[in-house]
Amino acid sequence: MSAPVLKLVAQRIAMGILLLLAVSVLIFAGTQILPGDVAQSILGQSATPQALENLRRDMGLNDPAYVRYLHWLGGILTGDLGTALSSGQDIATSLKERLWNTLFLAFWAAMVSIPLAIILGLLAVRYRNGFVDKLISGLGLASTSLPEFFTGYLLIYFVAVRLQWFPSVSTVYEGMPFGERLSAIALPVTVLTLVVLAHMMRMTRAAILNVMQSAYIETAELKGLSPLQIITRHAFPNAIAPIVNVVMLNLAFLVVGVVVVEVIFVYPGMGQYLVDHVAKRDVPVVQACGLIFAAVYISLNIIADIVAIVSNPRLRHPK
Amino acid sequence: MAKRPVDRSGLLLDIRNLRIEATSYPPGEPPRNVVIVDNVSVKVERGKVLGLIGESGAGKSTIGLSSMCYGRGGVRITGGEVVLNGRDILRGGPKLLRQIRGREVCYVAQSAAAAFNPARKLMDQVTEAALLHRICSKAEAEKRAIGLFKKLGLPNPEKFGERYPHQVSGGQLQRAMTAMALCSEPDLIVFDEPTTALDVTTQIDVLASIKDAIHATNVAALYITHDLAVVAQVADDIMVLRHGKQVEYGDTHQIIKEPRQQYTNQLVSVHHIPHAENNPADAPILSVKNITAAYGGGLVKVLKNVSVDIHLGQTLAVVGESGSGKSTLARAITGLLPPMEGAINFSGRTLSPRLANRTRDDLRELQMIYQMADVAMNPRQTIGTIIGRPLEFYFGMRGRERDARVAELLHKIEMGKGFADRYPAELSGGQKQRVCIARALAAKPKLIICDEVTSALDPLVADGILKLLLDLQKEENVAYLFITHDLATVKSIADAIAVMYRGEVVRYGPKSEVLAPPFDAYTDLLLSSVPEMELGWLEGAMKNRRMASAGN
Amino acid sequence: MLNVKNIPISAWIGLIITALFLFAAIFAPWVAPYPVGETVGDVWEPMSAKYLLGTDNLGRDLLSRMIYGARITIFIAAMATALSFILGSVLGFTAAVIGGWFDQVMSRFVDLIMAIPTLIFALVVLSVLPSNVVTLILVMGLLDATRVYRLARAVAVDINVMDFVEAAKLRGEGRMWIIFREILPNALTPLIAELGLRFIFAVLFLSALSFLGLGVQPPDADWGGMVKENKEGIVFGIAAALIPAAAIAILAISVNLVADWILNRTTSLKGGRN
Repeated sequence: MSAPVLKLVAQRIAMGILLLLAVSVLIFAGTQILPGDVAQSILGQSATPQALENLRRDMGLNDPAYVRYLHWLGGILTGDLGTALSSGQDIATSLKERLWNTLFLAFWAAMVSIPLAIILGLLAVRYRNGFVDKLISGLGLASTSLPEFFTGYLLIYFVAVRLQWFPSVSTVYEGMPFGERLSAIALPVTVLTLVVLAHMMRMTRAAILNVMQSAYIETAELKGLSPLQIITRHAFPNAIAPIVNVVMLNLAFLVVGVVVVEVIFVYPGMGQYLVDHVAKRDVPVVQACGLIFAAVYISLNIIADIVAIVSNPRLRHPK
Repeated sequence: MAKRPVDRSGLLLDIRNLRIEATSYPPGEPPRNVVIVDNVSVKVERGKVLGLIGESGAGKSTIGLSSMCYGRGGVRITGGEVVLNGRDILRGGPKLLRQIRGREVCYVAQSAAAAFNPARKLMDQVTEAALLHRICSKAEAEKRAIGLFKKLGLPNPEKFGERYPHQVSGGQLQRAMTAMALCSEPDLIVFDEPTTALDVTTQIDVLASIKDAIHATNVAALYITHDLAVVAQVADDIMVLRHGKQVEYGDTHQIIKEPRQQYTNQLVSVHHIPHAENNPADAPILSVKNITAAYGGGLVKVLKNVSVDIHLGQTLAVVGESGSGKSTLARAITGLLPPMEGAINFSGRTLSPRLANRTRDDLRELQMIYQMADVAMNPRQTIGTIIGRPLEFYFGMRGRERDARVAELLHKIEMGKGFADRYPAELSGGQKQRVCIARALAAKPKLIICDEVTSALDPLVADGILKLLLDLQKEENVAYLFITHDLATVKSIADAIAVMYRGEVVRYGPKSEVLAPPFDAYTDLLLSSVPEMELGWLEGAMKNRRMASAGN
Repeated sequence: MLNVKNIPISAWIGLIITALFLFAAIFAPWVAPYPVGETVGDVWEPMSAKYLLGTDNLGRDLLSRMIYGARITIFIAAMATALSFILGSVLGFTAAVIGGWFDQVMSRFVDLIMAIPTLIFALVVLSVLPSNVVTLILVMGLLDATRVYRLARAVAVDINVMDFVEAAKLRGEGRMWIIFREILPNALTPLIAELGLRFIFAVLFLSALSFLGLGVQPPDADWGGMVKENKEGIVFGIAAALIPAAAIAILAISVNLVADWILNRTTSLKGGRN
């Protein structure tokens, strides 16, 4: 790799870290909008002023906001996410298993949706403006309009309840055999795939079309290359970067889609955990989960940008 | 390797009664069938060059591509025969097409910068067709390519192929594309406006190397262009096309010296507008003194110590190639790019450098016309609103008074008052530019800056605009600052000329002096690069150029 | 300019269904067969002539609740969209025309907000704010305004560098003329198409929040909330939860069809004479 590419990549990563820091400030600030009192919500309305004061002092609630922020940030950087108000449990310990479950679900959804989206995108380009293309884009339009719980409960109703092919509730536990685990997540993976597939496919189609309409593709055609040779020699090297970009951006969508899907299927992942604690107004848990979701989202975006930088011939071979 | 069939008569390409159609989709109307090429027949013999010439929409590129049975953007060949090397390729099927493309016929596009794949080295792309059709081995193809690079005058030919398209200049890419076409030693090359996108001084070099290469390899060619003077330098025969139909077909000498059709005659005599030079009268209306301007907060100096004067009722032409700073001069005068140093005197007062600080009269008396008329008008306003707005804004005209004046202005630009209710999208290119002229005139200006106002137009339309500008100058006694890269335009319209090169004025004075020897080196280069409608002009110009560089 | 005959069938379907939903929402008290909160039958009765869509988890008439739910869903989504649109487009246009530090500060701030997934950020904020309609509209509207800002700014920046805007500046026109007479008319069509897409997003977003129990609070219910109320029935083979979910999907698809048609019209206008 040449020096300018390395420099740009380093810059992008540094920007990402800076962004993450800013995001942590924003998330912390977002939970400070109201002058709510955590001590009050732990001890309840009947607590004595003395007990409240003691707890406030112990939790550092009398410190100014920036001190509390730095304290929180310092904790996160050393792996200490604090304790949940509602249960008193260590957040990092409760999250570990759930984060792993969520990533497992997202991974398999990506494994199914990415190849499917690329194949369908290629088909749509191959039969452009034909029946297949229209069908694919119509389905795409429909599926971006469907709420996750509609497809989710539809699948549960027909596939799990009527046909009884898969369980309606995706229970997983530690030490569960791999095959059973896959069977348990089959339905949520399907829903997640449908959530991202349409968008990913549309963007893939646009990326490939963009390359196929370039003048150099015409040049290749006029050299007498066969359609397959045109794709492998001329289109593919230029299309790979935009496609990887599309995939990364859609994986970021997937991270968010996971929240609702976990609730539908009562899947013990991070999304479910986050939603439960929002309802309980358990701020430390919400902050921790929010930051982790944002970190994953931002990292995927950074990877997408880096792929674009590294694959740009103008940057790889400077003048 | 299968032997190519050879027609003994020496006839290589025989296009008979070609008809090409396309479907157009006008917004809000049902799709419509459009005939692009109608009953055109073309013959090219081995080793001969046929020039196809016409304005935009004449169907010349479409005919050129039909020799490879290729329709761009949904264009369909619906009638006729294209016989190449004795067989009709329209009925040969995709396999035959792949055989002839890149082997018997090659293509050189207008924009080589877009026609090369940005992700692959030049050598791979230049030799690709030769290797694909198994014409020779890889080593031999590369040797051939290096030879062609040398022949086409590319720098460092041994290493040139190692580079990527974005690493070389536009003129070099255009030559590399010619090398790509020649590498598989085809029978025919289709050149589609190969020098149009280049600066004049580059154009002549590329043109000369293409001509040399054609002669050295004895390949036949279809040379497509809108510039008759250019095609006269390379073609043996010329076909003039208009609206998809043949106007005239003959050898080059006959076409440019004894044109039989009136349309051909118009094309030949284009740019011959009689215009007597005016002498500078009293004090100049605009005086630019020692202006220096830069982009990026003084980092990139694009104007260096520029001084010019313009007199009322006269035209100063500012000539230069891309990057010479001629458009920046306009931006500095209008106040869009406040100069770092120097002063601008206009109509007896000093103009504030910044647009925001100028008075309404300053703005009114200094108007501007743009190169791209279609983006210079708000597409959501009617022509009446576009021309009427300066009347409202500067003179407070309303209602009937304004409409009457709009009609008067429309009449001045030779358009009827019925146009007032139309939108810009409904007008042709020439009409749009006329409306822009009317909008400038509406302000009753003393000076109009014309920024490449004719370069996006077809030659005949451009001529009409130039004549209109000259007539209006006489009527309204307005001065023009005429920015252009086209020396032919300058000769027909200017009273004084400033030649710009890399941000500096290298030659400045009345037209008769600037265009008379002795020349400085750059002006000489510029003047000697403008193709003239003479047979053998190219050879003479190149000879002079070589002598000049030998002398230096 | 707009010829009724040229509206494609898909857009007609979208327009008609959207109008039907709007009608039901506006005239809910007159259209609904039963009062919204009243228990009228058994729990989860099937569809019948008496209860066209059956009854819900507490024995209330599902059709009546759907009609009132349309009201809440469409009202909140429309208010949030209006807020995001007004705020986003005004700030976006201003940033594009003024440029400089205002543009820099606004754009960097929007980048920052958009670096966090909308749902996640909304959840974080909702964990401390009171659950009521005003909060929902504000949170949804403000978060979505960032998306509108980006689009409006991008469109305006593109138009702002065109020669006809420069011509207006050279004429000496003021900022108001340039924003409202030169830029706005040319930015309108893409923005209107975006309006449809933002509205769909608001409907889906509100439904998701309510489904998670963090949106509209009982006893009121929007469609997302109704899915939540009836979701336990699914495992017993009772499809009541699918009905409000389907309504959301149908509304979203209808508006999408209309927005798609407007978008296509925009691009074909750009093609002009070709």
